[in-house]
Amino acid sequence: MAGYAQLVPLIILIPTLGALLNYFWGARLGETWASRFAILASALTFVIALSLYAGLNAAHGQASVVDPPLLDGWIRIGESVSIPWQMRVDTLSVTMMLFVSFVGTLIHIYAVGYMHGDPRYARFFAYINMFLAFMFVLVTGNNFLMMFVGWEGVGVCSFLLIGFWFDKPGGEGWRNSNAAKKAMIANRIGDFGMIMGILLMFWTFGTLDYYRPGEIPNVHILEKAVHEYELEHAAAAGEEQAGESQDEDTHGSLILTSLPAAEDKGDGAVFPPAHLDNEHMDTRALGVFGQSERLLAAGTEVHFGNFSLPIETVLVLITLFLQLGAAGKSAQIPLFVWLPDAMAGPTPVSALIHAATMVTAGVYMMVRSNVFFANAPLTSFVVTVVGALTALLAGYIAMGQWDIKRVLAYSTISQLGFMVAAVGVGAYGAAMFHMVTHAFFKALLFLGSGSVIHGMEHGHHHVDHDHGHAHEEEPFDPQDMRHMGGLRRRMPITWFTYLIGTLALAGIIPFAGFWSKDEILADSWLAGLHGKDLYQQFGGYIALALLLLAAAFTAFYMWRQMELVFYGRTRSPAADHAPESVASMTVPLLVLALFSVFIGFVNTPKAFLGLGDVLGNSSLTHFLEWSLANVHPWLPEGGVFNPVIAIIALALGLSGIRLARMIYGDGKALSSGGGDPLATRPSTGAIWRLANARLYLDEINFRFFENPFNRFGAFLADELDWKFWHDYVHNSVFLRGFNSLGEFLGRPVDLGLVDGTVNGVGRLTVWLSGRLRRVQSGYVRMYAISLLLGVVFVILLLLLPLLQT
Amino acid sequence: MESAGLSLLTTVLFLPLLGALVLLFLREEQAGHIKWTAFGFSMATFFGTLLLWLAFDSSASGLQMVQRVDWLPQYGISYYVGVDGLSLLLVVLTGFIVPLAILSSFRSQIFEERGRIRLYYLFMLLLEWAMIGVFVAQDLFLFYIFWEVTLVPMYFLIGIWGAEERIYAAVKFLLYTMAGSILMLLAILFLGSRGGSFALPELIAMVESGALELPFTGLLGAGSVQSFLFLGFFIAFAIKVPIWPLHSWLPDAHVQAPTAGSVILAGVLLKMGTYGLVRFNLPLFPEASVAWAPAIAVLAVIGILYGAWVSYAQTDVKKLVAYSSVSHLGFVVLGIFALNAQGIEGGLLQMVNHGISTGGLFLLVGMLYERRHTKALDAFGGIWKVMPFFGAAGLVVVLSSMGLPGLNGFVGEFTILLGSMGSEVLGFFFTMFAALGIILAAVYMLYMFQKVFMGDVDKEENRNLPRLHWQEIAVLVPILLVILLIGLQPGPFFDTMTATVDNLVADVGEFIPRGEETVAALPQGESPVLVVGAQGTK
Repeated sequence: MAGYAQLVPLIILIPTLGALLNYFWGARLGETWASRFAILASALTFVIALSLYAGLNAAHGQASVVDPPLLDGWIRIGESVSIPWQMRVDTLSVTMMLFVSFVGTLIHIYAVGYMHGDPRYARFFAYINMFLAFMFVLVTGNNFLMMFVGWEGVGVCSFLLIGFWFDKPGGEGWRNSNAAKKAMIANRIGDFGMIMGILLMFWTFGTLDYYRPGEIPNVHILEKAVHEYELEHAAAAGEEQAGESQDEDTHGSLILTSLPAAEDKGDGAVFPPAHLDNEHMDTRALGVFGQSERLLAAGTEVHFGNFSLPIETVLVLITLFLQLGAAGKSAQIPLFVWLPDAMAGPTPVSALIHAATMVTAGVYMMVRSNVFFANAPLTSFVVTVVGALTALLAGYIAMGQWDIKRVLAYSTISQLGFMVAAVGVGAYGAAMFHMVTHAFFKALLFLGSGSVIHGMEHGHHHVDHDHGHAHEEEPFDPQDMRHMGGLRRRMPITWFTYLIGTLALAGIIPFAGFWSKDEILADSWLAGLHGKDLYQQFGGYIALALLLLAAAFTAFYMWRQMELVFYGRTRSPAADHAPESVASMTVPLLVLALFSVFIGFVNTPKAFLGLGDVLGNSSLTHFLEWSLANVHPWLPEGGVFNPVIAIIALALGLSGIRLARMIYGDGKALSSGGGDPLATRPSTGAIWRLANARLYLDEINFRFFENPFNRFGAFLADELDWKFWHDYVHNSVFLRGFNSLGEFLGRPVDLGLVDGTVNGVGRLTVWLSGRLRRVQSGYVRMYAISLLLGVVFVILLLLLPLLQT
Repeated sequence: MESAGLSLLTTVLFLPLLGALVLLFLREEQAGHIKWTAFGFSMATFFGTLLLWLAFDSSASGLQMVQRVDWLPQYGISYYVGVDGLSLLLVVLTGFIVPLAILSSFRSQIFEERGRIRLYYLFMLLLEWAMIGVFVAQDLFLFYIFWEVTLVPMYFLIGIWGAEERIYAAVKFLLYTMAGSILMLLAILFLGSRGGSFALPELIAMVESGALELPFTGLLGAGSVQSFLFLGFFIAFAIKVPIWPLHSWLPDAHVQAPTAGSVILAGVLLKMGTYGLVRFNLPLFPEASVAWAPAIAVLAVIGILYGAWVSYAQTDVKKLVAYSSVSHLGFVVLGIFALNAQGIEGGLLQMVNHGISTGGLFLLVGMLYERRHTKALDAFGGIWKVMPFFGAAGLVVVLSSMGLPGLNGFVGEFTILLGSMGSEVLGFFFTMFAALGIILAAVYMLYMFQKVFMGDVDKEENRNLPRLHWQEIAVLVPILLVILLIGLQPGPFFDTMTATVDNLVADVGEFIPRGEETVAALPQGESPVLVVGAQGTK
């Protein structure tokens, strides 16, 4: 596996080539080949990710830093700034690569059927290939600015894909492009935070690299691993020795001498490493995280150009700005309004970008920056509250939606809130765990909803055909759950996989979501118990309480959706005729369903019924420990199974399902008026309507931000800049003023040339051109020459007397 | 060094003028010959500027490829040209933009109505000559001549081939620039008569050594000669840039100018202002530069936000792009007055970036105008569907203009903000407010993009727009390539400037008031923690 890490540039290059191929030649390739090339590119990225994973394991988890070929650095300014193109293969980036490429490939396959017949079929595959490329830039970069390249790049792909159907007639195209624009602008507000954080970071540390080559992120785990390695080698050497000679006495000394020299993997990852800590490196030679730990230990005052701050304050500032960035990309309060609108894009896009991968970038960024967040208690508290509140509010709103994809969109926001809150309480490993499991079951749910929508559309066309009134078509929304019902019989595979996704999301044992959600809850509890200070303790309890409630909401809105979509009677002719989707769509569903059941076992908690002995105790967490200095910074027993909390969460989840079943089950899905049963009940009507209106957030946003922004812009442009400054001040005051001044000066001072004011020269120009136009019309070239001569003449006139003195 | 023969630089400088002379021998009817002659000379000039770059030694900080010939020796005036890290890239930019502007005019319909095709290309070449002259002149008097000469062809380009209100716009353009120039002229004359020479390097040396004393007693104190001279230059350049609130001429000139005129105006002419600030204000008046920096940065930041916001509220595409220049150049000015290497290099690179991106935007708008004869935002919609390549090119240019990382605009903006944050005269709040500009940039750029390119094709006139001609593609492709090149590999561009800028920063940095040099408390056993902010110290 020598030099395995050198593969990593390919994971960006291959989908880029796929995107270019489909962009320029896709139309000529035809649907079959366009999609095949795209799927091939995506599948290759998964193969590369797997190879990197294997290589990384062989290198005992030690990270490698790779300089991509052909690129000569990036931003460098003399000696002072050096920001390279540099990639990092470590357990965190490989974890991201693995699930992004796997889920990505399945979604590529799914899109073959879903996008069939679209006029811009190849373009679609070009975009999602490009998206994968940027996503890999984001996760493989070894510095914050390269992450930012990926960060913005996926944002652009998201923009393109939300607005993919920008040309739909009847105003829908405009709505789609509005949604695309809104997403990009909300993200830009977050980017402002990212930029500010990065700027402060640069002037604090003089670099933006995470870790430098040879630097060790987590010293303790390395010491432990080297110890284990030595024991292993000693045992191996012992066996060898035992085979060669039976001399027991020399055995002990042989173990010591046979300890191998550093084993070079040919890519910078040497094991056992020459150093077990970073003491041999100067502070300035470390990356941002290593430096921040040293500066904190020394209590350094950081000097910026004209201000200076203690390092603790700097870290709080940096992390608060980064948190704003994460709020944009990962759709947290106050920037989450863009994600529900983003459902305007094709459903595979919603699954890939707006559920499984891109929106988790904010969480990835915070996990990557765990050293900063762990040392900024104030920010961690803010992050906890923001995440937990987002989880709760979005869960609440999801209960009142009719659009099948909107429910899932709010559910995504809510689940991202779980991850963000996990970062806040310091459970970075749990955040990553939930990110991985969520990628599978949420992608499954979105693809399932896509299958339902597809079925509804086909059913609708079918009905139209039969009854022949296609021309007087009334608007039909295939995403409205009020038209569905009873689809279980029409679409059995979709129903079955959707059920698994629902149970996984609702956190029902033993599905994936149970394990990851439970780890977040258990770690929150631990943070409350053992937190270093009040911020952490308080944050832990807040997170636990709000997230438990949010978990109950989750189960409720998901089962409400199950009842509305799959159970009961069919409520429209379209639903009566909805066919099951084609195999290219159902196979990815089945695969994802399989993973939604089992993926939770990648991180089976310690102390759980001895299951850990079979499946490995907290394998994912241990894997990540190589990259994260803090998997559980203030949680000594983080990742330990807590039966009490698990039972409470499970009970809440089950009662959520039970409640939803009581309200919507048995054909009670819609009350007689066509409304939600909760809406017609006086006790719950107001609450439901508030959720249905999405807390009036869009209205508030429009009224207090968009509208004032537009109106002030119009005021600036029309009144202040144009009518006042351009027309009044310049034309009336200046121009008339100069003219009268010019006339005043022009009379007594002979030719009007001496007054070297604007007016004089200006009038000369006007006069000259006016004269010439009359006298020599046709010889416009003369204008230029005479004007030139005039100017030079004026200059010389002014010049000579002054120079003579 | 001081030879009278033809140096490479002089050859490059006078090639466009030669081209203009050749055009005089062609007849108006020979339109094809005229076009291709003009294009040929501008391309030759472009290759010349590339040769200059190849021959340039980026490790040296002084002037290179210098040629100096006495002109009016009794007054200390000479033909004195040379390039260094501050000017070289702008010379190359000029060489790059003009052929594109010329090529973009080939199929223009303005000649059907206004004719005078020979004169048009003659002015283009004259303009190129004067612009390169501005960037290479090292004698204040020579600089001033070139500076004024640029006005003439631009005045006529707007006045003859412009839109409806072309005369008003042309006269306003001329008046405003000249109003500023007069102050600059006075400052130049003062410096020249006091120093006995108009050669800029000599004057700078005299200022540094104290041989030419320019007392500074406060921003506007009586006898604060340096401050007033600084303002003399500054106001001339500020109008040209334009720095808020002196921007009132810009929307008129841009909107009325023909496409190629707007491209050159935005691409190169505005940079003469920002270039002047770096070339003259900083080294000649370092003390005043330090003292004025915060005030100017305030104007720059207001410009960034104001320009963006006003841009957003426009209903005319061309006007929208015009106001975006106010915002973008605010960034450039902010970088320059950060007075550190990052800010100034970012500013210089951003001048190039803005030339390419905004030049590109004007080219796109021009292509639309040729097809639809309107610039109203409401007239479009869904153009991406009708003209797919045009839409994609539009997207890249728009993204470049709003500073998407990986494209050129980001590199410039980021380094400027980096400079501003680490600046000893600006700092956190300037940077924060300026950084808000990146949000607003997305707001107005995406607004324009959506209105023009996205949405349903709901206007009948847009349904059958002809796709791009190969000449139009040939204009756009180089722009797209350079956008990517600078975005991914800006290293060579920065390297060109580094030596010169470091030198400049060191000279100006002496005048930045500093407390005692602090070395941060050291963690035990560590090498000293550098005080990162003190870049300018020597």
